[in-house]
Amino acid sequence: MSEIVVKSIEDKYAELIKQRENADGSELSILNLGPVHPATHGIFQNVLLMDGERIIESESTIGYIHRAFEKIAENRPFYQITPLTDRMNYCSSPINNMGWWLTVEKLLGIEVPKRAQYIRVIMMELARIADHLVCNSILAVDTGAFTGFLYVFQYREKIYEIYEEMCGARLTTNMGRMGGMERDLSDTAYRKIKAFLKEFPAVMSEFESLVSRNRIFMDRCINVGPISAEKAISYGFTGPNLRAAGVDYDVRVMNPYSSYQDFQFDVPVGKSGDTYDRYCVRNAEIWQSVRIIQQAMDNLPSGPYHADVPDYYLPPKEDVYQNMEALIYHFKIVMGEIPVPKNEVYHSVEAGNGELGFYLISDGSRVPYRLHFRRPCFIYYQSFADIVKGHLLSDAIVILSSLNVIAGELDA
Amino acid sequence: MSLTNEIIKQKVEEKFGESVKAFSEESFGLLTFEVESAKVIDLMRYLRDDETLRFNFLTTMCGVHYPDNDLNRQFAVVYHMHNWLDNLRIRFKTYLNGENPEVESATKVFLTANWMEREAYDFYGITFTGHPDLRRILNMDEMVSHPLRKEFPMEDGGRTDKDDRYFGREPQNSNLN
Amino acid sequence: MAENIKMVEAPEGFSGEGFFATSVDKVVGLARSKSLWPLPFATSCCGIEFMATMAPHYDLARFGSERPSFSPRQADMLLVMGTIAKKMAPVLRQVYEQMAEPRWVISVGACACSGGVFDTYSVLQGIDKVIPVDVYVPGCPPRPEQILDGIMKLQELVRTEPMKRRDSPEYKALLASYGINVI
Repeated sequence: MSEIVVKSIEDKYAELIKQRENADGSELSILNLGPVHPATHGIFQNVLLMDGERIIESESTIGYIHRAFEKIAENRPFYQITPLTDRMNYCSSPINNMGWWLTVEKLLGIEVPKRAQYIRVIMMELARIADHLVCNSILAVDTGAFTGFLYVFQYREKIYEIYEEMCGARLTTNMGRMGGMERDLSDTAYRKIKAFLKEFPAVMSEFESLVSRNRIFMDRCINVGPISAEKAISYGFTGPNLRAAGVDYDVRVMNPYSSYQDFQFDVPVGKSGDTYDRYCVRNAEIWQSVRIIQQAMDNLPSGPYHADVPDYYLPPKEDVYQNMEALIYHFKIVMGEIPVPKNEVYHSVEAGNGELGFYLISDGSRVPYRLHFRRPCFIYYQSFADIVKGHLLSDAIVILSSLNVIAGELDA
Repeated sequence: MSLTNEIIKQKVEEKFGESVKAFSEESFGLLTFEVESAKVIDLMRYLRDDETLRFNFLTTMCGVHYPDNDLNRQFAVVYHMHNWLDNLRIRFKTYLNGENPEVESATKVFLTANWMEREAYDFYGITFTGHPDLRRILNMDEMVSHPLRKEFPMEDGGRTDKDDRYFGREPQNSNLN
Repeated sequence: MAENIKMVEAPEGFSGEGFFATSVDKVVGLARSKSLWPLPFATSCCGIEFMATMAPHYDLARFGSERPSFSPRQADMLLVMGTIAKKMAPVLRQVYEQMAEPRWVISVGACACSGGVFDTYSVLQGIDKVIPVDVYVPGCPPRPEQILDGIMKLQELVRTEPMKRRDSPEYKALLASYGINVI
């Protein structure tokens, strides 16, 4: 199969190859940065046309993990779509889950109580920290700095423990319900979040001191893969990649959801959009997330952790066994026969990689008529061929790492 | 005076007249309207370049299949755009013919439309004229059909290990004999 | 000398002053099982759990898998983690064929074992449709402890495998049934 791809690149750039051969006798070579490669964090292929070490053209092939989420979503009731959203950006599943629930709640007109909103914010910010930690530590590993990865993954384990308290799972969390959360913050969860907030800043400072001003890391990353703000906007960039290019677009500030307007936080912005800027913006966002979680824990309101919507939120099991209405609601909700209006809705959240949007067309039945995910990775990865032109092969690896392309979100 | 849905509606109707219709704000305050397929790219360019409208960002676009509609309205392409300066979003749709869905490509207006249109082509078979490289993106290149159309089954046809009785698919679902 | 150091048990054999006699199979099995170098074929979410398994908290390196090799020739076990789509299956086949004998395959996660949650037209319903698998680790994603358990089961398989297995007619028939050419 790779012969077909090589052939197609040879055909596509035949002119260029011929020109070069005639000029000085040297040849252009074709390198397959194939689907399986230690430096690609996920499964996507790049075929590079190279002049020695320098990249002249490149062509991306994706779809090696296409799981047809949009097709599956047309056959599942709303609560069964949450596990699908988990598996899109699997480094920060709670953000995807909450984004989906916010979309559904917008469609159904459910108002979520303040406490549940604050708990959702805490979970989303922990997920953002987890996502950025993966990206930055793996970027360091790709330049050869293995230690940061080891230190930082210990704290990702602590974040996983907090998820386990909230929902039972480490990675694919399936968190939240229509109208709030499935359980309140337990005492263990409180304790763990407080311990995390106390211990994590020291570890983050240690990671930064190891990597950020390291001579080798800076030489590998500064001026590698810059992108201008206009081009980034035209390519549909959002999230840390766009903010590194100098544009401060953040969905949490532009269209606040789930009480983000109550929190004080800065939106870090870079200058030239190169790899070092992307790394620094993600680090700064981790610090801002810690700040948000601290504010949320300090001001956590008391109250119910879910809305009072018996049509959509499962009743407690004791009531189901004893109470007739609860039994009927339980049956209807599990079967998916909930009252859904016939409308369409678009809602977006600030995921780890940018604006994650959900466009849901509902025709009143128990499954969506059409569900389209606006996946940030898919949208900004198309610019890779443009960004990497003229760079060396080792720069291409570092650019790929810093763009934080997650295969699950790319292909969906 | 800040931009509102009313002003957008007025300006768009003024410029495009009969080609735009069905304005509504039912979708939770988001202005949604329909446009004729021949005028889509002009509309997008107008929304982006006009000094009052300033819709500088193409958020997303996707296709939808309505097999139960009339032949001329079986496929829809939905575009979402966003104005970052006035913080306003907009959605417009165009309906295409069921047997030969074709619309002009938006790659000249926004670079991001490149892969979005390839995805819509891959899933629905909608042809985007003027696209630099229209071929399948997520599915295998050898695939012939367009899988997100409603008639295409979700599950793999070749599975031998699934017992259809447990999925309620056999007329006789139990084996009591 | 410290008291609670756990020593690996020596295989059965005959020992005397300065020598130890046992069968080659046992020694080779012992050595191989304690130094399996993995080829992490991480496609999706299970890959992140693998990263957590490699990280210090669960530490795969203490089981002998100190060096994850991304080059198929130098790896012993292929850890397939994550969903394999039909588009990816030929690539998986190619990587498996490039591995040198002896090679083992662990299929980590529900998607690799049987297609998982994704019963769709584009997902391969289990990698054992294209390559022979030795150990299946279920889970979505499996906890790192579960992945380690799978590796320990493989270690048991490797320890007791006779050296002649790769030349035996049954093994050749197995590969032939998958259409894999024995080089």
